[in-house]
Amino acid sequence: MRLFFVFLLATLIWSPSGHAVNPSEVLKDPALEERAREISKGLRCLVCQNQSIDDSDATLAKDLRVLVRDRLSAGDTDEEVVGYVVSRYGDFVLLKPPFNAATLILWIGPFLAVLIGLIAIVFFFRRNSRQHAVGTVAEPLSEAERKRLEALLLENDK
Amino acid sequence: MTKTRFFFIAPLLVFLVMVGYFAIGLTKDPSVLPNMLEGKPVPEFSLAPLQGRDDIGFKNTDLMGDVTLVNVFGSWCVACLIEHPFLMAIKAQDLIPIHGIDWREEDRTAGPLWLKKHGDPYTRAGDDPVSKAAIAFGVTGAPETFLVDQKGIIRFKHVGPITEPIWRDTLQPLIEALRKEGAS
Repeated sequence: MRLFFVFLLATLIWSPSGHAVNPSEVLKDPALEERAREISKGLRCLVCQNQSIDDSDATLAKDLRVLVRDRLSAGDTDEEVVGYVVSRYGDFVLLKPPFNAATLILWIGPFLAVLIGLIAIVFFFRRNSRQHAVGTVAEPLSEAERKRLEALLLENDK
Repeated sequence: MTKTRFFFIAPLLVFLVMVGYFAIGLTKDPSVLPNMLEGKPVPEFSLAPLQGRDDIGFKNTDLMGDVTLVNVFGSWCVACLIEHPFLMAIKAQDLIPIHGIDWREEDRTAGPLWLKKHGDPYTRAGDDPVSKAAIAFGVTGAPETFLVDQKGIIRFKHVGPITEPIWRDTLQPLIEALRKEGAS
């Protein structure tokens, strides 16, 4: 029974993560294969658009995986391989959008929103405390007001 | 007072701007991809001829000197069959040479058989079993058709079957303009 759990745990730990790479596609050089896997994870499958080509079973994804590996084997750098695919399919093929003019709002938008929020908070508290400060140094009561106040207090004491 | 009012209205304004952006976003079709190759030379490729077709294959240099169409098809592709009669009509009227890229056939005889059965509209045709040319062209699905000018530059890409309106309103005028451009 204990052995069973050890086995179960082992299969959980060493089970291959869900990817679609065929054994026949895998490169002999493990370092190169590792690079190919990293690149593939960042490239969108054009057929099933929310999967990477590393995850997808689509035939076009398979051909793209093979292309990535062919290019790496031919001595291309990672950037050159990705650059080639982008030159064919556009930035869209990158699962992580690049930082450029078209994606500026996407990248800095959240930071901008937080900044605006912080500024709003600062303004809000500043204004509040200023109002309080004004309240403490209020004008002294006029003669008429003082008399009325005394009258009221007297009435209260009765 | 106006300042306070602005502070209350600001979130609503931001919200409305966002609604505007999202509304525009919803009208866009995410499956339509940017066309990277328009205005660029045809990518380098060299494909083996289709089996049984006494042709000499199909490569990028074949596209120089004439306004042509490059059509990506496959015997497995249902939409290609819809488009096919139209391509045959273009060939019958000798309107423009059409070259074919037979994309991703599992079997080397599948493409040629398909053409034998339905008719062969292609001047040249190449076999592309592992998407070599298809990826170079940035193809995502079949059918896809590229209009190439005399200098071998891609001038237009159409995704999906060519239909009468697309031919009449887009392709034909473009082809005529390119021919005039080349003649002058």
